[in-house]
Amino acid sequence: MTTGPQNSSDRALADLAPGEQGRVVRVVAAVASIAGRMVDLGFSPGTPVAVVRRAPLGDPVVYRVKDYEVCLRRAQAACVQVTGADR
Amino acid sequence: MTAACHTGGAATVTPARAPRLALVGSPNAGKTSIFNALTGLHAKTGNYPGVTVSRFVGTCRVGADRYVIEDLPGTYSLDPISADERILVDVLDGRLDGVARPDALLVAVDATTLRRSLGLVAQLLARGLPTCVVVTFMDELSRRQGRLDVAALGQALGVPVVAVIGNRGQGIAELRETLTGWDHWPVPTIAPPTEAAERDAWAESVLGFAGYHPPQPHRVTQRVDAVLLHPLWGSLVFLAVMVLFFQTVFTVAAPAQDQIENLLGRLSGLVVAHVPEPWLARLLGEAVIGGIGGVLVFLPQIVLLFLLIALLEGVGYLARAAFVMDRVMAGVGLEGRAFVALLSSFACAVPGIMATRTLPSAKDRVATMMAAPLMTCSARLPVYVLMIGLLVDPSARVGPFGAQGLVMFGLYLLGAVSAMLAAWAFKRLGDRRGLALPFYMEMPPYRLPRPRSVLLMVWDSARSFLRKCSTIIVATSFALWLLLNLPVHSAHHLGAAGVDAGDPAAVAAYTVDHSVAAGLGRLVSPVFDPLGFDWRINIGVLSAQSARETFVATLGQVAAANDPEHPDDALRAMTDADGRRLFTPPTLAALLVYFVYALQCMSTVAVLRRETGTWKWPLIAFGYLNGLAWLMAYLARMAVIALGG
Repeated sequence: MTTGPQNSSDRALADLAPGEQGRVVRVVAAVASIAGRMVDLGFSPGTPVAVVRRAPLGDPVVYRVKDYEVCLRRAQAACVQVTGADR
Repeated sequence: MTAACHTGGAATVTPARAPRLALVGSPNAGKTSIFNALTGLHAKTGNYPGVTVSRFVGTCRVGADRYVIEDLPGTYSLDPISADERILVDVLDGRLDGVARPDALLVAVDATTLRRSLGLVAQLLARGLPTCVVVTFMDELSRRQGRLDVAALGQALGVPVVAVIGNRGQGIAELRETLTGWDHWPVPTIAPPTEAAERDAWAESVLGFAGYHPPQPHRVTQRVDAVLLHPLWGSLVFLAVMVLFFQTVFTVAAPAQDQIENLLGRLSGLVVAHVPEPWLARLLGEAVIGGIGGVLVFLPQIVLLFLLIALLEGVGYLARAAFVMDRVMAGVGLEGRAFVALLSSFACAVPGIMATRTLPSAKDRVATMMAAPLMTCSARLPVYVLMIGLLVDPSARVGPFGAQGLVMFGLYLLGAVSAMLAAWAFKRLGDRRGLALPFYMEMPPYRLPRPRSVLLMVWDSARSFLRKCSTIIVATSFALWLLLNLPVHSAHHLGAAGVDAGDPAAVAAYTVDHSVAAGLGRLVSPVFDPLGFDWRINIGVLSAQSARETFVATLGQVAAANDPEHPDDALRAMTDADGRRLFTPPTLAALLVYFVYALQCMSTVAVLRRETGTWKWPLIAFGYLNGLAWLMAYLARMAVIALGG
């Protein structure tokens, strides 16, 4: 688990709508190595993330992070907590 | 698919003193282009011991010096989350039996994703091995208004940095020159930090020093994705691409397949006409040429299929197709990339199983491989056409549809649904232990496919298909021919049995009736009697064990029809010992369902063995599919009897 400062406005990345942006606060996963993988994919605390688009069937979702696009399923995006979500 | 771009060639013996360099990088970083540019067509493919991870080793010659390049699986991290990923770390640490520790590292880095890629670079630099960073896609970076000072990046990282454009060969000469000094490459005195926040800070300082400006988001990609991934238009385009895919594979390949069949038919005729010894002529004509033809006839489809897949992959559409289908595949515990493999299996399970290399999870790969043979491949078509012709009246209609076509569609559907259920079952069995891997997939920008990579991939798959599978098919064809034609009966013996030795058809019929194969057909009859098969169908089913389409020709031979390629009429008239019609609706239904499930393809068995690196999975596939085939065929027979057929 990688943590940042606690804040009540934190939301799960999975709850952001396409077009919204946020900044990663922490990655929380039951298994530390999986949280670590999310960080290595670019979702490290402090990194801005934007929601690009949903798949036609609603899942997975494409995110833009560290200058590239990666798609995650809801379960993975739920591990990433973001703050300061805005358009 | 990227892995399949490597060229498999003859094993090159490398002296122990040749330095070993490991090529590491993220998927889509252009690693394969670098590997191919350095090693040319001198690469060796195999498996790492004990896992279903393909291994690619090549030799790079610079002047008189030789360097062994080991292309490691693409990765985003050195912290493994699966047994497959541990292989990479084990190779880097020299902990894997039979794989020497690399002397130095080549790290492929995509200039357009440098911010993320520096995380992996930091982890690699911490290994303390001499390292050279190879930056790719510099051309794309500048096209998208980005900037990077390569020399400054080298200073900031403290290791040599070379920029290459893999498809144009730019920078490859410099990279080869750099290789020669590998033992003088500086190792950073202070390893980059490993903690996430510190590593990010380190990466930002490196990027700042190297004057890095990230690329603008790719406008073409954004516009095309807005359509291709649109909930409505995206789904329609997806369906259109799939329909076109099959149309091309089936219709465009068909004339080439006919050409090959005609050519081999003529060749076989020439052999029969010009080889004086009749048994030798038939052995060469039927067993050898027929066996080779059985493989060659699929070559157009395989080449076309791989060409389309390589093009779709090169453009970046396969990642989108996987993205669109992921939700559907998640229903059976797999992911979008498994869809691509199952899609290929509609033409042939061999490329489908090879396409599972794109799946990062070993469990997904195995589950997909176990399901792939259930997708209705093109080899089943001739069998279906023949059997449906016997079962259903061509003029019968159900509403606006021909009944024959509906049965055919039903068989395709049965195969596809069974494949999904099988994948689900194997995934469930595999998931009993170990942790579920997270799903993530990079969405690369749309790019023009590189002709060289596309051709290499097609060439590699065609060659490995021919080399690995032809031996098996030719051998089984040879063995089957012997079984069907031995023992040889003397004219005296034939006369005593009341057969006119001057009538080739009568002799052939008598020989087949009293052949070793007929003995086998009768031997296995306790197994197939409940399905309504008699010994002649048994021979067909046994011979189809090497390749499904041989069923049609074998039945023709067994029925001693005048035209073995069109045995419908002769088969319709066939009766059993009691004079009852052999091909009754219950028997035909059982046969069709048997062919839906049974693993009757030695090429598939061979490719399963090659891709998994053990005999365990081919044996499991063989056992479960043929067991299921018998059970489902029995149920189908019972159902048709119950319906009054």
